[in-house]
Amino acid sequence: MGERQVLAATDVTRALKRMAHEVLERNKGCDDLVLMGIRSRGVPLADRLAANLEAIEGTAVPAGSLDVTLYRDDYAQTGPRPLGQTSFPADIDGKVVVLVDDVLYTGRTIRAAMDAVMDYGRPTAIQLAVLVDRGHRELPIRADYVGKNLPTHTDQDVRVHLVETDDVDEVTVVDRQRADAP
Amino acid sequence: MITHLLSIDDLTPEQITEVLDTAAGFKDVALRPIKKVPTLRGRTICNLFYEDSTRTRISFEIAEKRLSADVINFSAKGSSVSKGESLKDTALTLQAMGVDAIVIRHSASGAPQQLTGWVDAKVLNAGDGWHQHPTQALLDLYTIRERLGRLEGLRAAVVGDVVHSRVARSVVRGLVAMGVEVTVVGPPTLVPTSVETWGATVTHDLDETLPKIDVLYLLRVQSERMHRQFFPSEREYARLWGVGRDRLDKLPDDAIVLHPGPMNRGVEITADVADAPNAVIAEQVTNGIAVRMSCLYLMLGGEA
Repeated sequence: MGERQVLAATDVTRALKRMAHEVLERNKGCDDLVLMGIRSRGVPLADRLAANLEAIEGTAVPAGSLDVTLYRDDYAQTGPRPLGQTSFPADIDGKVVVLVDDVLYTGRTIRAAMDAVMDYGRPTAIQLAVLVDRGHRELPIRADYVGKNLPTHTDQDVRVHLVETDDVDEVTVVDRQRADAP
Repeated sequence: MITHLLSIDDLTPEQITEVLDTAAGFKDVALRPIKKVPTLRGRTICNLFYEDSTRTRISFEIAEKRLSADVINFSAKGSSVSKGESLKDTALTLQAMGVDAIVIRHSASGAPQQLTGWVDAKVLNAGDGWHQHPTQALLDLYTIRERLGRLEGLRAAVVGDVVHSRVARSVVRGLVAMGVEVTVVGPPTLVPTSVETWGATVTHDLDETLPKIDVLYLLRVQSERMHRQFFPSEREYARLWGVGRDRLDKLPDDAIVLHPGPMNRGVEITADVADAPNAVIAEQVTNGIAVRMSCLYLMLGGEA
């Protein structure tokens, strides 16, 4: 078996709670925040982060979903992918947009997400929250809030499973060659 | 992956569904402050129009520009075509200039097919003679699915000047492919004998058909293609085959009325039907942009 658990359900819950506190500390509250989950697994994470923020501060924080397919830089190489829904829960002009994603890897998805956000308005700042930072950046991008720093090899896959999509909360690392072997 | 879009018959039902699902994602682009995405940056698309067009041409141009493609508009009038240049030489010129896709409208059926043999670019048929107009059929399917929630199991009537209509040939085939039961209705002079091979049934009784359908598709009477007499007068056509308020009332309450435009108000459709709440003619035009963006997006990705 090449699959190894690195975060269990309770670890995911604690990480999100801590990240919520960090978001509040950094922004001095949550009045001007808009959380945007990057499809697909960033969306339930954004919803959970919003729920944590509300539990701490008592104010609702808008959370939406962002599909970056049309902004990706690999369309010419890999071809079309299915499109998902983008929905901004609030006007983002003058707000702080916190992008939420499951895994930060090359940074290319985040580059696409920042371009997409800019087409919808002019936020005062864009911040980034990720559940796992696995390294190997190809662009000068850094997360503001990290659930877990996870040094990995490029031939490993990091898999984030969430109750909303996969019936269980956990993060695993898979050795790709071993997992694919018969 | 779609290589060229020449006929609606080139697409499997699964591919048609993929085009419609993708189009739903593109509808959102029209509602944003910046109505543009960078997806086709650096791709060059030529709109090669040998026949007059308003909505198809503008719709393709908007779709291309919203995808950030570089757009070249070419119309036969005012080009070297007026000096006698052949389609082949024009195509080879575009090939030499390195265009990635050609959207072509031509009065000769099969011209887009010919083009595919001469150029490396992807070819999209924007209407060829009496043959096909596949993006029209796709936007109609999208509009029907959006309004009625499904295609499979619906009943549709396509009414009017079928013989001259590339729209009819595409729409009927598209509807049949997606599981819609299609009846073609019109004067015997304007319904070709081949219709039964399209998978549709034929009737010449409009009033008897109306209560039994979910979708009424009215075709334009194409006077410019009528080089002999197909019916005695426009007034008689309007009385026998045109749809006015009295015929609209015979439709089931939730049925919708489509027309590919441009309309001859007072001939195949009266003004009050064209502006009725269950006429979705303006929605067809709006959806056309998203559907054409979807086709371009699905055709132009990957290694060129």
